[in-house]
Amino acid sequence: MELAHPQSAAPQPTPGEPASLLKRLGWFDWLYAAVLALGAAYALQRFGAFMDVYEKAILVCSVPTFVWMGWAWKPFRALLLGAFALSLFSIWLYRGELARADQAFLLKYLISSQSAILWMCALYFAATATYWVGLLSRSAFALSTGTGLTWSATLMGLVGLLTRWYESYLIGPDVGHIPVSNLYEVFVLFSLITALLYLHYERRYATRQMGAFVLLVISAAIGFLLWYTFEREAHQIQPLVPALQSWWMKIHVPANFVGYGAFALAAMVAFAYLLAARGILASRLPSLEVLDDVMYKSIAVGFAFFTVATILGALWAGPRACAARCWPGGRWSACWSPPSPSWA
Amino acid sequence: MKSAGLRFVELLSSMRFAISLLTLVSIASVVGTVLKQNEPFANYLNQFGPFWFRVFELAGLYSVYNAPWFIAIMAFLVLSTSVCIWRNAPGMLRQMSTFRENMRESSMRAMPHHAAFASALPAADALARAEGYLRSQGYVFRRAPEGALLAAKAGSANRIGYLLTHTAIVAICVGGLLDSNVPMQLKLAFGDKKPVDGGVLLSEVPATARLDADNLSFRGNTLIPEGSSSSVTVLSMGEGILVQELPFTLSLKKFHIEHYSTGQPKLFASDVIVTDRDTGKSFESRIEVNKPLIHRGIAVYQASFDDGGTRVKLSGHHLLAPQAKALAYESRIGEASELKYDGQTYRLELSTFRPINVENLSAVEGAGQGAAGKEDKDARGLFGRIRSQMGSGSEGVTKRELRNVGPSYTYKLRDAAGQAREYHNYQMPVLLEGRFVLLSGMRETPAEPFRYMRLPLDEKLELDEFLRLRAGLLDAGRRAEIARRFAKTAASNDAVSQTMRERLAESAERTLETFALRGYQAVAEFLERAVPEGEREAAAEIYLRVLQGAAWEAWQAMRAKDGLPALESSPERSRFVQDGLNAVSDSFFYGVPVYLKLDTFEEVKASVFQMTRSPGRNIVYLGCALLILGVFSMLYIRERRAWLLAGDGEAVFAMQCNRKTLDFEREFERHRDSLARLLGSG
Ligand code: HEM
Repeated sequence: MELAHPQSAAPQPTPGEPASLLKRLGWFDWLYAAVLALGAAYALQRFGAFMDVYEKAILVCSVPTFVWMGWAWKPFRALLLGAFALSLFSIWLYRGELARADQAFLLKYLISSQSAILWMCALYFAATATYWVGLLSRSAFALSTGTGLTWSATLMGLVGLLTRWYESYLIGPDVGHIPVSNLYEVFVLFSLITALLYLHYERRYATRQMGAFVLLVISAAIGFLLWYTFEREAHQIQPLVPALQSWWMKIHVPANFVGYGAFALAAMVAFAYLLAARGILASRLPSLEVLDDVMYKSIAVGFAFFTVATILGALWAGPRACAARCWPGGRWSACWSPPSPSWA
Repeated sequence: MKSAGLRFVELLSSMRFAISLLTLVSIASVVGTVLKQNEPFANYLNQFGPFWFRVFELAGLYSVYNAPWFIAIMAFLVLSTSVCIWRNAPGMLRQMSTFRENMRESSMRAMPHHAAFASALPAADALARAEGYLRSQGYVFRRAPEGALLAAKAGSANRIGYLLTHTAIVAICVGGLLDSNVPMQLKLAFGDKKPVDGGVLLSEVPATARLDADNLSFRGNTLIPEGSSSSVTVLSMGEGILVQELPFTLSLKKFHIEHYSTGQPKLFASDVIVTDRDTGKSFESRIEVNKPLIHRGIAVYQASFDDGGTRVKLSGHHLLAPQAKALAYESRIGEASELKYDGQTYRLELSTFRPINVENLSAVEGAGQGAAGKEDKDARGLFGRIRSQMGSGSEGVTKRELRNVGPSYTYKLRDAAGQAREYHNYQMPVLLEGRFVLLSGMRETPAEPFRYMRLPLDEKLELDEFLRLRAGLLDAGRRAEIARRFAKTAASNDAVSQTMRERLAESAERTLETFALRGYQAVAEFLERAVPEGEREAAAEIYLRVLQGAAWEAWQAMRAKDGLPALESSPERSRFVQDGLNAVSDSFFYGVPVYLKLDTFEEVKASVFQMTRSPGRNIVYLGCALLILGVFSMLYIRERRAWLLAGDGEAVFAMQCNRKTLDFEREFERHRDSLARLLGSG
């Protein structure tokens, strides 16, 4: 049937309807995109000889991914640029010598990988406490301080991982690898991803009260991380065994941990939901609809990423595949338990 | 009344049935994770005892994913899902394509998301405007044949998500079943092939256990020593094996293994030559972990490595027969030979050889030192501890001293009764607590850890002086003379009476004699018998001192016998005598008291390849792609429907969504407001 097109109904953005993403970009968005693109181009030109075609593809694809993330979620731009700047500063301070970690003051106490990660731990703990104070005392100031602390912790964690990546190459060019290869590293990654997902929802739903709950699970991860560092000394950078020397790891592991982060977030929001549904803290928490919506969204994210990650893992393993790798007791866990030769 | 057949089909395709199956699958996966799969049966027998071993074996728990019940569940899952798709797909596709343009006003007004607003336009114009707006919002629409109703929808692909994910489950399961050993089991059940016992030589495998090269799907392992080749792969079927012919011959030129300085493996790679059996053409290739070779539909993976029959020369030192000469043996890893000792014949089975062993020596280096380090660490307080962890991630607070301690080898000595003891020796001297020793471990069952004996080395890093000391200690014929010499040097002062000296000699002789029975243990037992409890500690001290002094004399006596000068005593040499006494005492508990020293070796490595032909693979890949598409469209595409009924001066707008999220609320409000403005403004 014929459809008429009256002039007045021509598609034009009506108030209340968001304009398309591209039209809303400002100069900082373009600067951000340019920095990422130039950075990747420099890395390709300078280190391309050491990468295989898949690694180059991952690097190239990561540029539009991060550009899109930053454009869609503005605070992410500052975080990423800040983390890159601090990590480059840290690399500059190293001047190619690992021993400088104990000599340069800023490295020793702030931005060498272990120091930055310890700062991350402290800041996440502080953020948890602040969110709770804010929640219980209905203090908007405390809550926004919590947000600030969470952002800073995330920044320090990111700097820690990026610097750790560089340090691994200082130990030996053959030892160097992306820091997602053992339990210690992925726990840092887990904390960062959970925090980022939370910060995203916090802004999107304009409510900070869920932070008290989400930061609890991050604190639990941090507790484990500290125990693992101080009691087990598991933070030492280990070289990659042959099974892990593959570009698959760069996508398989982060994808898994986006999944874990999203599920952990959903679980904590669900906990808040159950409390609120029984009237506990109900007046202090966002409405049940909001909690439900956040839960639904983050489970969706988790489900999607887990599907992709598991499939990637299975393809990677090829015919060696067998089920249930994701449990700590599974066969793959062999790759992240610290080596323990023993005779005496 | 429904027919039984229909009810069966309904049950089969019901959600309840599928979920029950999935629950069973997940239980099986838990078992498969908790219980190590496909180990040798002996390990399970050890772990569970005869009764439960049998129960678990019958339940197929040692190879869950190949157990008939598991395969049956998978088959039912495929069937159930397929029936489900077949029954629901047509309806879903129909629903997807309808616009539901027969909606009535009363139904619209009954929907939770509806609104009525004033319209200043004639119905036709109102609908046209609304169409333009909805199009810009990504909706497709259709007008009702009569009346002024517009029905629109967006996100219909959501329903395709259900179809895609369900098809994916079928595809993945079918592909998986094709590549599992089900086809092989069927072939065995209905064909004339039969597995043979795992112990046979490859050349003796009968034709009934050999599969043609055109077999569709298989997964086997092949061990090839350097310099050898193979044109078959071995499929393990429970306790038996089948031999699968390959369309090519694989020869191993060299196996490479590299290590990081920490001892972790860095590279496993095999340089191979592939020769096609049909064309005779050959080419070279390199296979690494994560980089398989794919030839004629068969993927060859680097799975593991092993010893390929390293040649070794050994010398056997008899630890308890003082005068025995060392005997020379030659053998290969993986072979058995005879070893005669003390009138007995043992079977010597050389099992493993490892050229490189990186060990953390700081753990061994004096326990006292470690404890001091720990105290030190704690003493610095909380901030001290935190500070100590700041810096790079390159090393921890506890320093690890990793060192390559050289080759090690393992062998079993089996006596006439079939009893075996296992030995694990290091070839090179190891520096422990400042002294060089040879380490030799023994255990009686595989469940125990090795207990290591430390054989002290002399100043030339040889065993010679220790062997001399040992001979002197155990030689009954020289005991009296040694005791006399000891008494003479220990009581050289003239003031000491002759009787005193004689008594000292006597007790030295008795101590040596006791020690020669079973080392320190015999001495301790003797003390327990002969000395009242209160004085035992003091007496033990004296006896140890006597033993030490007598051992020194025994050593010197043996040197003199070999025409060597006597040694000046020094603290190092006293420690050497002490270590020697410890080693001799330990050697009474060494089982077969022969120390097999590795003199030279010529290493031959072997590479283990996994070879698979898996035609189901591409179906699985397809299934994975469908699964991802399906999951994303189910999660991220919302199916929304909207209706606009334009009436006289009033329009009714209603919306529905398969999932009522806040986003949908907001979308409804946005469309409602926009449409109210568009239609209200005339
Ligand atoms: C630091 C974290 C991880 C590392 C380094 C890692 C590494 C690997 C590696 C090397 C493989 C290939 C296995 C092989 O070669 O046989 C693999 C496969 C796999 N991984 Fe991960 N993985 C990690 C985390 C996870 C997590 C958290 C999950 C759970 C959801 C997971 C699920 C899988 C699955 C399902 C496979 C398929 C292969 C199989 O089933 O055997 N992985 N992973």
